[in-house]
Amino acid sequence: MRRLASLTAALALAAGAVMAEPPPAPDRPLPDAAQEARARALFGDIRCVVCQHESIADSPAGIAADMRRLVREEIAAGKSDQAVRQDLVRRYGDYVLFQPPVRAGTWLLWFGPFALVLGAGAVFVWRARRRRVEVQPLTAEEERALAELTAGSDEAERG
Amino acid sequence: MIVELGAFALILALVLAGLTTALATAGRLRLSPVLAGAGGGALIASAAATALAFAALIYAFAVSDFSVSNVALNSHTDKPMLYKVAAAWGSHEGSLVLWCLVMTGFGGALALARGLPFGLKTSSVAVQGALSTMFLAFAVFTSNPFTRLDPAPVQGASLNPLLQDPALAFHPPLLYAGYVGFSVCFSLAVAALIEKRVDPAWGRWVRPWALASWAFLTVGILLGSFWAYYELGWGGWWFWDPVENASFMPWLAGAALLHSAIVTERRGALAGWTVFLAILAFTFSMLGAFLVRSGVLTSVHAFAVDPERGMMLLAILGVAAGAAFILFAFRAPAIRSGAAFAPISREGALVLNNLFLTAAAATVLLGTLYPLILEGISGATISVGPPYFNATFTPLMVVACLILPAGPLMAWKRGDLKGALQRLWLAAGLAVVAAFAAFLLFEPKKALAAAGLGVGAWLILGALAEVGVRTKAFRAPLGETLRRGRNLPLGAWGMTLAHAGLGVFILGAVVETSFKAEAAAAVPLGGVVSSGPWRVRLDAVEVIEGPNYLAEQGRLTVMPLDGRAVERVVTAERRFFPAGGQTTTEVGLDFRGLDDVYVVMGERARSEDGQQAWTVRVYYNPWARLIFLGPAIMALGGVLSLMDRRLRVGAGSRRKTEVKA
Repeated sequence: MRRLASLTAALALAAGAVMAEPPPAPDRPLPDAAQEARARALFGDIRCVVCQHESIADSPAGIAADMRRLVREEIAAGKSDQAVRQDLVRRYGDYVLFQPPVRAGTWLLWFGPFALVLGAGAVFVWRARRRRVEVQPLTAEEERALAELTAGSDEAERG
Repeated sequence: MIVELGAFALILALVLAGLTTALATAGRLRLSPVLAGAGGGALIASAAATALAFAALIYAFAVSDFSVSNVALNSHTDKPMLYKVAAAWGSHEGSLVLWCLVMTGFGGALALARGLPFGLKTSSVAVQGALSTMFLAFAVFTSNPFTRLDPAPVQGASLNPLLQDPALAFHPPLLYAGYVGFSVCFSLAVAALIEKRVDPAWGRWVRPWALASWAFLTVGILLGSFWAYYELGWGGWWFWDPVENASFMPWLAGAALLHSAIVTERRGALAGWTVFLAILAFTFSMLGAFLVRSGVLTSVHAFAVDPERGMMLLAILGVAAGAAFILFAFRAPAIRSGAAFAPISREGALVLNNLFLTAAAATVLLGTLYPLILEGISGATISVGPPYFNATFTPLMVVACLILPAGPLMAWKRGDLKGALQRLWLAAGLAVVAAFAAFLLFEPKKALAAAGLGVGAWLILGALAEVGVRTKAFRAPLGETLRRGRNLPLGAWGMTLAHAGLGVFILGAVVETSFKAEAAAAVPLGGVVSSGPWRVRLDAVEVIEGPNYLAEQGRLTVMPLDGRAVERVVTAERRFFPAGGQTTTEVGLDFRGLDDVYVVMGERARSEDGQQAWTVRVYYNPWARLIFLGPAIMALGGVLSLMDRRLRVGAGSRRKTEVKA
């Protein structure tokens, strides 16, 4: 029993040592289920500003809890998702959103992939058109030879 | 003594790798089979020496020899044996030796391969030797795992306890077998450019290596993802984290390579493109190594963050990839593009596959590097995360998946799109029905999720329809169908499995992402947290002592809301590791059919009325099983294709098992 007590003490101590701040109170969900769902959806898109590539939905850090509270408060105050995002960006910069803004500097990021598909697709079609495939129909004799060769083994011809 | 032997073996491996390139190059220039053979022999010997070094390192970890700095920093006497051994590849230095082992091992296998023409084989051995030389030199001169400490500490600092997990013990070896396996494709591609000869036979040579590497990488990523899922305790399995992206880029390029190599092998077409992809896949592997080890990107699981080593890796990446791409730029125009084909054909379908897979890889590359580049150029900081990839990567993949089932039903050279679609109408119809059914059955109603489910069903049904067409299922007597099924080459079954596996994955990913539920509350003993159709009651909390940690273990009962399923007890732990001062969570997972009830024990807290309480998080992850089952099926498909007789000619499957050992 004493051993257990000392272990418990060690754990409690350890918990204190690991987290310099007191453990954050567990989140208090908003009473309105629809608002809470909106808040949760937003959490996933907001970066915990002291963490390494973690959203505030996932991060155990104290500041993430503060940011979640902030988002919940703003939603409860009737702000739209867009307004909440804008507030966060004003406070922490573009960095805080996992969705980068669309502006001149990020056009390549946003449109590059689609431009690549369209461009490469166009090149392919253009080249395919330039090199028409000439397919001569087989002569009757060739057809017969082919049928002989492939008889019973057509399923082997697979890629 | 054994440690010194290991250090010596590593240096020997480096010398032998250097010798490989010298001998093979001389052998190629003088057309001397003796010199060329000696080069191959040197590479095999280098692999043996690297294996010896790696064994010595494992030994140092197994006996907890803390006079070795790497062991002292990454191990601890209280660790269970499996994790002592696994710690040998848990650090930057040790994992680099593993990297070199795979590289020289695959190289040795390449040297043993029969049937390759003299020029291609000798040149590729020389290139593989050069790659091995660079990485072994990096290991010996900047990251030597055998450096001694004096005085030796009595106890080690222990490995990050997050890594103390079976999935993560096996994740790096498999991942590296995939990552580094692409180095052989790279060497074969560079050798083909040197030899100025890219023909269907070359496509056949490169394909088994690409298949094996891709299958390893698939399982490696799968294990890593599964680890993140149940060890981090966040309920998620993919975060579009830079390090995850780093492993995903070679996977996508490798998948593209697999497909384009088929066209080169069967039709002699797309030869230049296949060479390009072979170079690209390993370039992505090296880029990944640089991103993970240099610390240029912040990530949950970046390790050994060291700018100086990062510069070295960047230099290796620059030299290897730079030389290969420059060679490609000069030689590619001379590569004959093979037989012409109509846009609507098997080749055309595979070109589309490549187009989308490459664009997807480019998207991941952009999303991973863009914040870095933008900050370097303009100082602006942005974050690129899931919303970006959902808006770019996902639509590209959806289009690719919609086209996919038609591809295998097309004939080479000139296909019959109408005929292919006629054979697929039943699959398409059923997929649409599945989407509608999903829309009606799943709550809350989400049209996009239902459409996603339709895509997953389309892939699975399309793969089945294709087998049906080949075996004349329901159109010929059953015996005939079975006979045709037996006669289908393994490669065909492999393809069917891989495509269906992708569908299975999509089903799981869509349902999990769209309908998961999460709840957290501070509850006293006997308190209940509800999530989705489940209630979880905290029954007891015990303090337990593990081999190298203390834990608070919660015993919880998972109960169905509607009372129609049995109750089950799960345990979830919060572990504290005194050696490193970290806390980890051990998730309580209750497997319910395809669904997971995922329980996380959190910190102690006070409930509202001041009672002692614990934070309990409950995630309901519907169909989560399929997320991990799908890629496993895909990898199995890859293995089946690898066992196909047609690939075994010359490039035996025997060599693959050697590499694994």
